[in-house]
Amino acid sequence: MGLHDENLRPGARVSAVPVSKIMAEAEPVIQLKGISKHYGSVVGVDHVDLSVRNGEFLTLLGPSGCGKSTLLRMIGGFETPTGGTVHLAGEDITGLPPQRRDVNMMFQDYALFPHMSVGQNIAYGLLMKGIRGTAAQDRVREALRLVGLEDKIDQRPHQLSGGQRQRIALARAIVREPKVLLLDEPLSALDAKLREQMQVELKHMQERLGITFIMVTHDQSEALVMSDRIVVMQAGNIAQDGTPEDLYERPASPYVANFIGTTNFLSAKLLSQEGTLAVVEVAGQKITISNAPVHLTGNTLQIGVRPEKARIVADGSAPGDNLLRGRVKENIYLGLGLRTVTELADGSLISTDTMLPRGIASHKHARPGDEVVISLEPHNIFLFEAGS
Amino acid sequence: MRHRLFDKTSRTLIMGIPILWIVLFMLLPYGVLLTYSFWLKKYPLFVPAFQFGNYVTLFTDPQYMQVLLRTLKIAALVSGASLLLAYPFAYFIVFRLQSARWRTVLFMAVIAPLWVSYLLRAYVWKTILGTEGILNTALIGLGIVDAPVDAFLYSQFAMVITLTYIFIPFMVMPIYAALEKIPRNLDEASADLGMSAIQTFFRVTVPLSMPGIVAGFTMTFCLSFGDFIAPFLVGGPDGLMVANVITSQFGSALNWPLGSALAVVMLILVLAIISVSDWIEQSGQVEL
Ligand SMILES: Nc1ncnc2c1ncn2[C@@H]1O[C@H](COP(=O)(O)OP(=O)(O)OP(=O)(O)O)[C@@H](O)[C@H]1O
Ligand SMILES: [Mg+2]
Repeated sequence: MGLHDENLRPGARVSAVPVSKIMAEAEPVIQLKGISKHYGSVVGVDHVDLSVRNGEFLTLLGPSGCGKSTLLRMIGGFETPTGGTVHLAGEDITGLPPQRRDVNMMFQDYALFPHMSVGQNIAYGLLMKGIRGTAAQDRVREALRLVGLEDKIDQRPHQLSGGQRQRIALARAIVREPKVLLLDEPLSALDAKLREQMQVELKHMQERLGITFIMVTHDQSEALVMSDRIVVMQAGNIAQDGTPEDLYERPASPYVANFIGTTNFLSAKLLSQEGTLAVVEVAGQKITISNAPVHLTGNTLQIGVRPEKARIVADGSAPGDNLLRGRVKENIYLGLGLRTVTELADGSLISTDTMLPRGIASHKHARPGDEVVISLEPHNIFLFEAGS
Repeated sequence: MRHRLFDKTSRTLIMGIPILWIVLFMLLPYGVLLTYSFWLKKYPLFVPAFQFGNYVTLFTDPQYMQVLLRTLKIAALVSGASLLLAYPFAYFIVFRLQSARWRTVLFMAVIAPLWVSYLLRAYVWKTILGTEGILNTALIGLGIVDAPVDAFLYSQFAMVITLTYIFIPFMVMPIYAALEKIPRNLDEASADLGMSAIQTFFRVTVPLSMPGIVAGFTMTFCLSFGDFIAPFLVGGPDGLMVANVITSQFGSALNWPLGSALAVVMLILVLAIISVSDWIEQSGQVEL
């Protein structure tokens, strides 16, 4: 299911390259095997397998209550799993308390110590590493320089802005040079503008430091911007795991298609299939799909279309294949685009987005009530079995 | 216009009544007390004067210094004992108790005795500590002693126990409030940064609950410092406290000037303690 790198299979290790070299390169920094957390009858996380490569920016994404935080907290040692194991760089750390794990956490509301100065907050994590005095001072300054807040060393947390606190929390976590940094919704307390700026900043920081980041978020755009790999969670399980492009362009289920980006779902009936080529009927029209799942079982299906991948072609009389016909219901101005909602023959609605490179005034577009034809490209349609 | 006039009168009334009250029932009596403290005792009563004889007596006659020091010692013991009992208790109910309902129940159990008359609560210890009391009966029953021990009651020990019991809610309340304000994830952050639970307790929990400790210590200290019922009920001949001496100066000894001087000294001590604790709280102030 894409979770395990081919190289990680036991058999794959038999090769010309020395085994130890492969191990060093391919050994995941974090490996979760069948990890579960049940609170009585409530399922927090259910039997999750996941390996995280060294230096990767991995995001756990999902709606509220899907178990992202629980999974992250089990890696940090704040929750004891009810089943499964956690390995850090090959070592089983399942039973170790947080203070004995070489990972650090950046908490959602930062958890800075209010009775200590910024400098003391950052030096706190060095005490137990036996780093004190001028050596600690140097490391604290270096960490503050990285986050660009050297001048705040003597301030108290409450004297800082939200964004500055967030950076101090980051400095406090990275000053210990952990193998893995865990971030639980690190940007959720910031306003939208600052959040966008910090997304890029955090991503750059991660690239510079080379530390593995595992971040939790419920914001799909944040996940797309920042991650090397996204793990979409659903009710304690992994729904899909892949690169941002994988998830956006090849969602494995309607759940993922719906969670990442916007998707129009229309019910469809299978007419014929040949390999990955499927022909379905949608709202009375024949639609061809070029990358359908190979073994479709039922014939009640669902297609998914991204609004920006569907195009309004003309005024209702255009010929051709893969066309849906309908009547425009409304236009929604999005700033960088225009979303047109069209009602199809069977009453279902489909949204199409058009970019507005020259602004809306000089854009010729269909008005509510107009008959339109919407063109779909065979390779830009997702096909799901109903109930998947 | 009328409206503003009304506003002004009502404002004067709202502000005026409490101020009048304070002046009439607090500042005025203090003034009277201070005035009396300079008067002279002259048989059969006392005469107005301005002299420091009463204060000189207080600070030279070892009898008074002794009572003052004993009172300070007992107050310190009571607040110390209250702190040692109240802190672990409050810590337990705030940090370790999972059930919010049990937290409320236990907290109320500590606060509830405040609704019971002070005298009754002090009296309870007489029946516990007395020769016929529960403690002695139990000790004899267990065969630990064969004759009732009379040292429990009428001693400084009995006073410290009684006063600790009576004033401990005033220690629990501020500490509980302070602990409850500490964000839960600070413990986790501290563990994440390598500290053990004990190190976290001393580096994070205690410093952040300091305002509660200081407030509780000040309250229990000042309350037991001024107490005169516990010495009267369970204190022995060596258990007199400043407040008892003041009472007797205004009563049987009929030396109001000396009693007033003692009261003024006591007032100054209490004010000093409150100022110090205020200063500690201000300087250690943290924004949570
Ligand atoms: N201490 C607990 N006791 C009982 N159930 C819990 C506990 N902690 C979490 N859960 C349950 O486990 C599930 C997963 O919780 P978790 O906090 O991991 O969700 P989340 O994905 O982080 O959600 P959010 O985005 O809201 O933070 C939820 O159903 C939650 O109710
Ligand atoms: Mg969460």
